[in-house]
Amino acid sequence: MALSREQLAQRVAQELQDGYYVNLGIGIPTLVANYVPQNMEVMLQSENGLLGMGQFPTESEIDADLINAGKQTVTMATGASIFDSAESFAMIRGGHVDLTVLGAFEVDVQGNIASYMIPGKLIKGMGGAMDLVAGADNIIVTMTHASKHGDSKLLTECSLPLTGKGCIKKVLTDLAFIEIKDNKFHLLERAPGVSIEEIIKLTAGEMVVPEYVPEMQF
Amino acid sequence: MIDAATQVFNNDSFNESENTMTGFNKVVTSYEEAMAGLEDNMTIIAGGFGLCGIPENLIKEIKNKGTKGLTIVSNNCGTTAHGLGILLPEKQIKKMVASYVGENDEFERQMMSGELDVELTPQGTLAEKMRAGGAGIPAFYTATGVGTPVAEGKEVREIKGREYLLEESIKGDFAIVKAWKADTFGNLVFRKTARNFNPMAATAGKITVVEVEKIVEPGQLDPDEIHTPGIYVNRLIKGSFEKIIEQRTVRHPS
Repeated sequence: MALSREQLAQRVAQELQDGYYVNLGIGIPTLVANYVPQNMEVMLQSENGLLGMGQFPTESEIDADLINAGKQTVTMATGASIFDSAESFAMIRGGHVDLTVLGAFEVDVQGNIASYMIPGKLIKGMGGAMDLVAGADNIIVTMTHASKHGDSKLLTECSLPLTGKGCIKKVLTDLAFIEIKDNKFHLLERAPGVSIEEIIKLTAGEMVVPEYVPEMQF
Repeated sequence: MIDAATQVFNNDSFNESENTMTGFNKVVTSYEEAMAGLEDNMTIIAGGFGLCGIPENLIKEIKNKGTKGLTIVSNNCGTTAHGLGILLPEKQIKKMVASYVGENDEFERQMMSGELDVELTPQGTLAEKMRAGGAGIPAFYTATGVGTPVAEGKEVREIKGREYLLEESIKGDFAIVKAWKADTFGNLVFRKTARNFNPMAATAGKITVVEVEKIVEPGQLDPDEIHTPGIYVNRLIKGSFEKIIEQRTVRHPS
């Protein structure tokens, strides 16, 4: 069975480490915050200028001056700090954020990512995504493995305008956990109950499949 | 010299000149005065992220003034009904430099029809363009955007084995800024994530206009708490703010 949004977030959360500063993109990545293991401290960076993002506010805690990068009202965790946008991206570009999780439309075997524009259709802008993928060393892309029509999103070469070049090393899809190296996809794990054949069928770029591919554990 | 100074102090006309002297007092009392000198085809740098920390009344004044052909540099262009979005219906904006322009139907329509020129700029690059503009740095190299549409027409240079883009800094004829509080000298304090692009915008305007929620006397702000020193600020006005929330998300107390 393909992973649900919650399971995707759960699997990403397994990559967290105690003391990590983490930037979570909009959508599935945001859900990762719900699965931080109990015995671990993680600080969330929101690129509009907040390190130490807390949970959503109660009705009485709502503050129009306190939002996250998705423009949602939030709170501050204990030990949070506030800074301006230049400082925020100094952190990001300077490689100080330990893990970045973001969504994408396509990735390819060269580690390229397309996530911000579908020409003629969807032009909203890249926001902070280009800075995040250029500045972070440890990035996990979360997305569905293929479109609703069965078109692979794991390609030999991205067809959409790029967000970043050669910067993606890990992709978690609803079917598989994949590493990108030496211009190939490498299948690390598969979603519970999903066959290797199914993953191969929906992966357009070249993929190395080891003899044994474990199922993800939750 | 001391004598001359003493003489000035003793001169009866001194009191008169004191009355007209404004010194470092940046306070203006009307929005007309705040945006005086804004003309068609100027460039305006605006602080704010989404509708958070936007100089909402200065934007309304630009709308009322009817200034056209503007180039606006700001992370977003507001929504259809609020923020910079209110400058769209009368086509006051000629060009928008922003990182994210979603959630605004009229913006999308004008962009797709070619009425509005849009320069999508990565958020960190945009912040740094403002910061550099205000700091007298004409351009800088960044890895952000290499190999993407953002790199088109820009110099790429390899430094220590990695490719970087040369990005030019930005300055505005005007910068419009929202701060939380200020003293009359224009020293600014921002509040929570309403800070965002405002401090950089404040440095990058030939004329920087700031609107705030409260104005105190010089000396009432702790110098250590000031985020933006008054040297960057030309005009200061006290406003009242709607503070529209784009995505009201709440948790239910358990």
